[in-house]
Amino acid sequence: MGRSGPGRIIAIVVALLITAAISALLWLWFYDSAFLGVDAMSTFEPASENAQRVQDIYILIFWLAGAVFVGVLALTLIFSFMYREKPGAEALQLHGNSRLEVLWTFIPVIIVVVMAVPTFDLIVDIEGEAPEDALEVIATGHQWWFEFEIPELGVVTANELHLPVDRPVNITLHSVDVIHSFWVPRLMGKKDMVPGHANEMWFTPTEVGEFRGQCAEFCGLSHANMRFRVFVQSESDFQAWAAAQAADAATSEDEAIVAGAEQFTQSGCIGCHVVRGNPLAAGQVGPDLTHVGSRATIASATLPNTTEDLAAWLRNPPAVKPGSLMPNLNLNEEQIDRLVTYLESLE
Amino acid sequence: MAAGTHEVEHHTSLGVDNRKLLMWIFLASECLFFGTLISTYLIFKGQSLVGPFPEDVLDIPLTSLSTFVLLMSSLTMVLAVYGAQHGRLGMMKAMLLATILLGLVFLGFQVYEFRHFGHLGLNLTTNQFGASFFVATGFHGLHVGVGVLYLISLLFGSMRRNGLGSERALWVDTAGLYWHFVDIVWIVIFTVVYLIPH
Amino acid sequence: MATAVGTAGHVEERSGIWTWLTTVDHKKIAALYGVTGFTFFLIGGIEALMVRTQLAVPEGSVIDADLYNQLFSTHALTMIFLAIMPLGVAFFNYFIPLQIGARDVAFPRLNALSYWVFLAGGVILTGSFFMGGAPDGGWFGYAPLSDRAYSVGSNMDFYVVSLLILGVSSLMGSLNFAVTIINMRAPGMTMMRLPVYMWMTLVVAFLLILSLPVLTVGLIQLYFDRNFGTNFFTPETGGDPILWQHIFWIFGHPEVYVLILPSMGIISEVLPVMSRKPLFGYAAIVFAGAAIGVLGFGVWSHHMFTTGLGTVPQVVFSASTMAIGIPTGIKIFNWLGTMYGGNIRFNTAMYFAVSFIVLFTIGGISGVMHASPPVDTQHQDSYFVVAHLHYVLFGGAIMGIFSGIFYWFPKITGRFLDEAWGKVSFWLIFIGMNMTFFPMHFLGVSGMPRRIYTYESGLGWDTWNLVATIGAYTLAFGVLVFVINFFKTMRQPATAPADPWGGATLEWATTSPPPEHNFDVVPEVRDRDPLWYNRDHNIAPPETPEHLHIHLPPPSYFPLVVAMGVALVGVGLLAHLALAFVGAAVVVYGIWGWALEPTS
Repeated sequence: MGRSGPGRIIAIVVALLITAAISALLWLWFYDSAFLGVDAMSTFEPASENAQRVQDIYILIFWLAGAVFVGVLALTLIFSFMYREKPGAEALQLHGNSRLEVLWTFIPVIIVVVMAVPTFDLIVDIEGEAPEDALEVIATGHQWWFEFEIPELGVVTANELHLPVDRPVNITLHSVDVIHSFWVPRLMGKKDMVPGHANEMWFTPTEVGEFRGQCAEFCGLSHANMRFRVFVQSESDFQAWAAAQAADAATSEDEAIVAGAEQFTQSGCIGCHVVRGNPLAAGQVGPDLTHVGSRATIASATLPNTTEDLAAWLRNPPAVKPGSLMPNLNLNEEQIDRLVTYLESLE
Repeated sequence: MAAGTHEVEHHTSLGVDNRKLLMWIFLASECLFFGTLISTYLIFKGQSLVGPFPEDVLDIPLTSLSTFVLLMSSLTMVLAVYGAQHGRLGMMKAMLLATILLGLVFLGFQVYEFRHFGHLGLNLTTNQFGASFFVATGFHGLHVGVGVLYLISLLFGSMRRNGLGSERALWVDTAGLYWHFVDIVWIVIFTVVYLIPH
Repeated sequence: MATAVGTAGHVEERSGIWTWLTTVDHKKIAALYGVTGFTFFLIGGIEALMVRTQLAVPEGSVIDADLYNQLFSTHALTMIFLAIMPLGVAFFNYFIPLQIGARDVAFPRLNALSYWVFLAGGVILTGSFFMGGAPDGGWFGYAPLSDRAYSVGSNMDFYVVSLLILGVSSLMGSLNFAVTIINMRAPGMTMMRLPVYMWMTLVVAFLLILSLPVLTVGLIQLYFDRNFGTNFFTPETGGDPILWQHIFWIFGHPEVYVLILPSMGIISEVLPVMSRKPLFGYAAIVFAGAAIGVLGFGVWSHHMFTTGLGTVPQVVFSASTMAIGIPTGIKIFNWLGTMYGGNIRFNTAMYFAVSFIVLFTIGGISGVMHASPPVDTQHQDSYFVVAHLHYVLFGGAIMGIFSGIFYWFPKITGRFLDEAWGKVSFWLIFIGMNMTFFPMHFLGVSGMPRRIYTYESGLGWDTWNLVATIGAYTLAFGVLVFVINFFKTMRQPATAPADPWGGATLEWATTSPPPEHNFDVVPEVRDRDPLWYNRDHNIAPPETPEHLHIHLPPPSYFPLVVAMGVALVGVGLLAHLALAFVGAAVVVYGIWGWALEPTS
């Protein structure tokens, strides 16, 4: 059997060195992606209490799994080097070892128990009821955008949700068409928006900032373009935002804006979009545009809300978001300019 | 391996013929097939938004009669197997024929029931009850139909000169397994769909 | 060498193509499965390369959203149903009779039928690209996205119909294999003397037998929803999209074990033979495999942790999922125990087998991570899961299949695949697959969702996506080297001895390649490793009698007829129902002819 004496020691040392090198390299890359890289969508930069608790379990399981990986890799390499065939060597003829087999049945059992106890504990908490004082939010998935409603504040908006920091939020998840999934990695793990089922998720944001979200359940042609943002703000900033959003749309005597509003009616935009304060604009199919000018992004958070991008969107929506329910209205540049002026006025 | 080939060919590890074992395992698969259909029915129980609802259309006395017919066909099937095993070919053929006829009568009841429900305004697309009822009982009816074809082929086979040959008992026995299974499935459907809601 | 004398009239040489169309020989059918499966493996690989090319850089513009969705859906369907499963079935077909000492499978014509029906399903699925569009709703086909309201074209009808047809094929194959292994073992081969590969095959057969009917019902219901206006899965009228998910995953999770258990079986053959020592803990490995099979039916909802199952189901399915890690861990330790103290021959087959242990471990432990539902909410539908499943299915299933190809190639063809080329292909595939799939872990923890055809720059996803794409091409190059090796080898003369590796199981007791009747004399089995037992106890192989009179089943064209009928039913379900009834009539005719056809 195998090598003996110095050969054996060299085999073990080399195997352990390779194991250490591979493990260290993988760990560094992983650490870099999880903690040092761009944190926009990172699952390892929690910004809410519940997300933090999820991460704590994740890290516990990660180390257990990492230990198993390092052990298996090391043993595989050691045996591969030590027992490589040699002329005259004989293989050890053994069929098993009951004591050893019982022992290594217990290794996975112990790992599983160590994982299971905190997991079950956390499930009970995060799947349970949200705290009483939680802010109630209704999120509705559409192909391919998100609608957010905060009933107690009279706010309806699209693709951009604002939340107050340090206050629990309970989000009720709906869908009007296919299954979508609400995922803001830094704030909480995802939960599906299933038509006919009202799911709920809750968390308490602990950090002020802008957080990216994206639909995580394949929902058709523009699944990749179904993104959104969550802005966590101080209580006072949030209240100011909510008050502005609850108000009717801004009106203006400005000639260009009036012309834009007329264009908005003529081009049929009113058939799909609500602009509160404009009784003609009452369509329920598309996003509420009452305060579209105040948003940071347009087109499901795929474009920044700039004059050029707004114009590009109006020129041909399906080119930006394939399959978009908003068709190419074949607007000329003049019409587009008018609409952009109007939409930007809706702050 | 010269002359003894035939014994070797027929030796099996369990002592059960391959074809019969195949049927047993296939029926295990069928259990899951009907299990899923019946589960779907149960999941949608009470989920229909518009009528007709089960209590509006189901006619228990009538279906009890068709259930009785199908149960009787199991009895005649047992007798056909008995005939095949004891070399009583006349009995085997007569009982196969009786089983076929009873199966056809059952199918006739089902066709009547489906048409009747249609007249009462229940079809596949009416509500969840209609969809899950017609698909579950329809696929059961399809199984009865396949069973009837299966038995007809055995009956024709037994009309030939050496009537199914030396493996007669095996063929009829295996067909019997299938037939009894389809019967048992009906008992479950009858209980779950017709009896329990009332 | 004694030749098989069939019953009169059945040994006449028919030329080429007709032999293959009418063959009922399990070895020829295995070859058909193998070549077809590998071809689909290449097609699925090309689909994957197109996906990776699109994702190489942010805002990629190589293919559009529509084609991308078709490609990722079809890549999964092709690799699962048309590549890994049939490649597994190829080995089952070839080695079940050889390893248990039988002359053929229990039902040779049914075996041929399984193949032709599989081919029909594969052609319909792949042909959909040229007939209005391939399935574009993922391999899981979640309703209501797969319902008519949101999927107007025939894309998902192709999905339903091809999976129904492939299901019929797999069910027939599994029934055949189960009966063969249970009932046709050589004298002395008790269940606890079965090679581990046979045990895994038996578990796989039962997994399919018990899970396929569930999928079949789901597909029928989806077909009715799409075409006859029922509402099983549409919520507006009382249907439930979550019901489809339950049905799909009650099938779908056992299916995962259907894909991985055969490769676990293969390396349980290769590791002991190349280590020149018996498998460590045979009984433990067998029971662990069976336990995985049984538990595999109780974990399906872990694919649905984010659907709002509620507290209790989450706890239950989390517990069962974690529990399945225990038998898996036992297997890994026993494989390592098999290498311990060996005198290991490191050829290409062994390279692939040893890499399986490590790569599968990576896939296994990342799987245990998302057994914890809270953690899974961060993993589900992200690239972390893509990494996980590819470590199981590529690092596990495919590496095992390659190991099996190199191990059994001399038995099947009488030729050795070139070792130098083999090792080059191993390293290219090994490095390529790790380059492709390991970075996906990093993408997952950086929050990249699955199934997106485009992504924004600046989210930390750019570098690793590019690395993954380069890895995919490296991997493809490795597969190309293997293909060249195959054709190069097939031009060599067949010189392989009966038992080139010093194997333990019965397939090595007959010539390479084996005669049509497999064994001149069916060997008697006295031990779990019958050939090693005979070697160690100086038991000579049984003498071949002067005249062999072995009855082999004659070729038949009825399997082909029935399969054509099944294909016609499928086309009818897609095109016009009247055609389906014509197909059904062809099936009935075929079965009728089949039943009356003399078999001796």
